[in-house]
Amino acid sequence: MSSGPSEPVNREPGLGGQGATRRSFFGVLMAAVSAAVGLVMSVPVARFLVFPLFGSRRASDWIEVGDASGFVSPGPMRAEILVRRVDGWVASTAKRAVWVVRREGGQLGVLSDVCPHLGCGVPWRDDEKIFHCPCHHAKFDPSGRLLGGPSPRSLDPLPIKVENGKLMVQYQIFRNLVKTREVIG
Amino acid sequence: MHEALDEPVPGGSRWAYVFGSGLLFILVNQIVTGICLAFYYVPSADHAHATVGYMQKVVWGGRFIRGLHAYGSSLMIVLLLLHLAQTFLYGAYKNRRELLWMAGCVLFLLVLGMGFTGYLLPWDRRAYFATAVGTNILAEVPFVGGFLKAFLRAGPDMGTLTLSRFYVLHVFVIPALIFVLIAAHVFFFRQAGAAGPPLRPEEREKLPTEPFFPMQVLKDFLCGMLLILGLFLLSALRPVTLGPIASPADSTYVPRPEWYYLPAFQWLKYWSGSGILVGIVVIPLLLFALLLGIPFLDRSPERRPRRRLLPVLGLALVGVGVVSLGFQSAWEDRRDPAVHAKLAAQEAAEEEYNRAPFEPRELAPAGAAAVAAKLSPAAAKGALLFENEGCSGCHGASGHGAGGLIPLDGIGSQPAAALQALLRKPQGKMVEGGMEPSRLSDAELAQLVAFLREALKDKK
Repeated sequence: MSSGPSEPVNREPGLGGQGATRRSFFGVLMAAVSAAVGLVMSVPVARFLVFPLFGSRRASDWIEVGDASGFVSPGPMRAEILVRRVDGWVASTAKRAVWVVRREGGQLGVLSDVCPHLGCGVPWRDDEKIFHCPCHHAKFDPSGRLLGGPSPRSLDPLPIKVENGKLMVQYQIFRNLVKTREVIG
Repeated sequence: MHEALDEPVPGGSRWAYVFGSGLLFILVNQIVTGICLAFYYVPSADHAHATVGYMQKVVWGGRFIRGLHAYGSSLMIVLLLLHLAQTFLYGAYKNRRELLWMAGCVLFLLVLGMGFTGYLLPWDRRAYFATAVGTNILAEVPFVGGFLKAFLRAGPDMGTLTLSRFYVLHVFVIPALIFVLIAAHVFFFRQAGAAGPPLRPEEREKLPTEPFFPMQVLKDFLCGMLLILGLFLLSALRPVTLGPIASPADSTYVPRPEWYYLPAFQWLKYWSGSGILVGIVVIPLLLFALLLGIPFLDRSPERRPRRRLLPVLGLALVGVGVVSLGFQSAWEDRRDPAVHAKLAAQEAAEEEYNRAPFEPRELAPAGAAAVAAKLSPAAAKGALLFENEGCSGCHGASGHGAGGLIPLDGIGSQPAAALQALLRKPQGKMVEGGMEPSRLSDAELAQLVAFLREALKDKK
């Protein structure tokens, strides 16, 4: 195992000549191998740390809003849905409100109740017949179109489908304060 | 740096000297992987297990990184024992190396402490029960034992506070002490210089010396690379597992500690009653005192093992004793069919849990949603109105105020009609506080009032 004292050894450091060459050779060799091993080791570490940025993001589930035939009122109807959210290792189920409306052609639509301005919940004003955000007075018509106020765009429609007579919706969160609609979650 | 590299090694470089720097390689591995794990870990009883499971099963390379950390800790113990044995046999604690040796002994204890505190953190059954036993041992210490145990557990039982304490010890306190002692250890080493082979002093003086760099550095380096390679292979080929979450209610669980604590575990079986004090306090303390004090007991300049029979035989005796205790423990588990079957079943359950896909931890609904779950349908709708109409902005999530907000507790004892009238036309202080007349429909107002009457009936 050991290179005993009988083996020839360098007498003094830095004597130059062959010793110096051998020393610098080993120095470079070890530095190179260290760099290579460090690089190899940094791959799993980097993957581990950037995971949340690239980990698979599931499309949001279809959530039942209610019987499609039940939404008969001509004005917007409030509906509550149970949204399941997975955040890292925790999952939670929270109630969210959405507005079931009649679009221009008369077909059903579902709007997010979150104001595209600063995210307040937007209630329906039955006396004014408009959606009227209580925070900064953005106003939207019964189909959700922007009428006035500080909101950059109309209320955000959510993807829907009718399956076995049930109205289903995908709950989405949109970037606020921007003109073009952008799904962020 | 240059001084360190040119440090003369009497008698030239040797493979026997690689263990100390091997430990430094593993230390770097532990620090890097430990910081990685901390990115996802939460030291709380209701999250710890889920976060480790998340790392193991979901995060890219999580099982591998955790494997590097877990196997690294075992490897560290192995290297420490080799480093200690080599130093002891070479008599390298002599000649101005007393402090160097003693700092090393304390480091040994600290590393064992890292193993003990780190073992609990995954909060699976294996971790929970091993630590339950480990902390119970402390209670046997006379006078202060009960306090020590309670202090470490932060109470009579193990729970979220225990986990928090172990985490802080594992991540802040012990590592800080380890850094300080490593600095001292290396400083004392530089002061005393390399000890060289165990020869007679006059022989040693005649030995040619070789600078630390390049040959000894190369040997240390190759050893370090071999260790890292071994860790990589172990973590990749035999991934670490995580068992089901700790459940104190599972009284049938047969706990076993990590392999390096098996000798201590076995040792405890032989002591009972009044003798227990001797077994778990007196003898271990005496042994450690002997280890720490060996430079002062074995004082002659003689370093050759053959001429230092007493210390060398003593070390061999303790070594053989510890190893056979460990094997004895494993053998007893194997021999007892009931225990053997139980341990096998536990292991199978752990592997099965480990293979199952990750299930995120379900959080209880909070705020209005939680309140709504306990209410009548009308009041539940009212709870959402309370939130959506902005009532919660001034009165708190469920109307209980707090944090400078205005509590509504007790308001629900008023008749519904009175509440509806108040909400339509706020009075006195309400107006001063900025309360606006409600513009809800009558039906919705009735729901809101139903919520107030159900959820805020009682005065605080």
